[in-house]
Amino acid sequence: MGMTMTQKILAGHAGLETVQAGQLILASLDLVLGNDITSPVAIKEFSKLNKDGVFDKEKVTMVMDHFAPNKDIKAAEQCKMCRDFCGEKEVVHFYDVGKMGIEHALLPEQGLVTSGNVVIGADSHTCTYGALGAFSTGVGSTDMACGMAIGKAWFKVPSAIKFNLTGKLRKYVSGKDVILHIIGQIGVDGALYRSMEFTGEGLSSLSMSDRLCIANMAIEAGAKNGIFEVDDITLEYVKAHGAKEPVVYKADEDAVYDEVIDINLSEIEPTVSFPHLPENAKTFKEIGDIKINQVVIGSCTNGRLEDLQESAEIMKGKKCADGVRVIVIPATQKIYLEAMEQGLLKIFIESGAVVSTPTCGPCLGGHMGILTKGERAVATTNRNFVGRMGHVESEVYLASPAVAAASAITGKISSPWEVMNYEV
Amino acid sequence: MKYEGKVIKYGDNVDTDVIIPARYLNTSDHAELASHCMEDLDKTFVTRVQQGDIITAGFNFGCGSSREHAPIAIKASGISLVIAKSFARIFYRNSINIGLAIVECPEAVAGISEGDKVEADMDNGIIRNLTTGKEYKTAPFPEFVQKIIENGGLINSIAEGIIK
Repeated sequence: MGMTMTQKILAGHAGLETVQAGQLILASLDLVLGNDITSPVAIKEFSKLNKDGVFDKEKVTMVMDHFAPNKDIKAAEQCKMCRDFCGEKEVVHFYDVGKMGIEHALLPEQGLVTSGNVVIGADSHTCTYGALGAFSTGVGSTDMACGMAIGKAWFKVPSAIKFNLTGKLRKYVSGKDVILHIIGQIGVDGALYRSMEFTGEGLSSLSMSDRLCIANMAIEAGAKNGIFEVDDITLEYVKAHGAKEPVVYKADEDAVYDEVIDINLSEIEPTVSFPHLPENAKTFKEIGDIKINQVVIGSCTNGRLEDLQESAEIMKGKKCADGVRVIVIPATQKIYLEAMEQGLLKIFIESGAVVSTPTCGPCLGGHMGILTKGERAVATTNRNFVGRMGHVESEVYLASPAVAAASAITGKISSPWEVMNYEV
Repeated sequence: MKYEGKVIKYGDNVDTDVIIPARYLNTSDHAELASHCMEDLDKTFVTRVQQGDIITAGFNFGCGSSREHAPIAIKASGISLVIAKSFARIFYRNSINIGLAIVECPEAVAGISEGDKVEADMDNGIIRNLTTGKEYKTAPFPEFVQKIIENGGLINSIAEGIIK
């Protein structure tokens, strides 16, 4: 019986010829990731293992991004714990303020992940690296601790849903609209325990930024991982970022899928997910006048350079609506610098937005833009659960950078097609 | 392993942001996490939960963030077992890894009400509603997972050389 992309990568990392859905395996890891919230718990667990060091100093990474720059004394203590651990164990890839960015934007940029890798991260959006053709999944701190110690993790081999992409995205429509559309279609547990495998002729029109965004939100459909078939765009990306030699795993022609879903990219419209679940996806035909108090453009989902470019194109020469606080967060230092050099930050600041240092900050209600009772935000982030960005009676509407930028200008949830007078 | 307790019942898609809101993630102290458990979904939880109580819930329990603080908060608040129609996968493996007993059984969830007394015999995969007298069957854990739980979690399994 044929194997899916994911199954082939897992078999290859478990030293097995073949694996089947449902099989429990112990796979070797190419990278183990943690952040300033999950790593302290992992470090405490690691200390119970009586190991002198981590399994490979090059294959463990910690990124201080969630509550960093330290939002309070407790956050400072957590970052210190990570800093001390990485210093003592000589962990090479420790990213502190000044070097850090939002982990899932940072790692591909730094070339730490390549095609064919198996990666675990104590952060649910670790599934992002599936865009590079890696098997990459979120785990908890105990898994991280054990991964750091022995370089292995246990997995139940997943079955898969195949997404066959055709067509090409229209202007002001991006990967975010695609994934919100898909989650709207299959639901927040529509891919539970399974892989989401993306393939088809439509792939060639999707940039790496679109793919990273789509894979990033696979977890919001409950998936174990999202993964894209490797093509020239992938290979160019990993090469340009100095990643290790890619290993390309292609699904067998007779691979078995639970389901095949066709997605015509040409038909995708600007999409918004309403509170309080990512599956509440609507297009603008169904969206009335919804006034907003805040816009957040950033996060591991949409804080990349292309996201800032698209937002700046829409906001250029315009003013943010009165009463709307607009917060732009470049995801990494490199993106920040490039956005500065390209004049994007100037556009944001002149429009009345603020530009923040890289941080996960408001996405998880940490800091840098918390909502109070009754407030509403349009955010390019990934979750709109109750209380996610602050008060339990606040609301988060998930959208693309283009929708967020358009909404910043009008002060209500708006389509970029309308704001830019784009004829569809 | 046997569990017995009073049931606290929730619905579908209970996410880790309501189980333990991110504003409390600047600590990993178990008791402190437990003191805010379920705060954004049910403010009464921490005052009414008793040692050994059982949570029942709908589909996709524990969806969202990978924060292990969520099963830690539940376990530290005294909950002995979570029965759900289904679990989000990271929450599922985190619970196994830290030794919080969890089981999927849609029929039991449908047949158990808030406040019922429930007994679960996980060696034989039987859940009994002591209030109504009804009994539900559930699948036992796979052997590999059973080993991890029997050894008190993943850390012990590695420390004792059961997983290398």
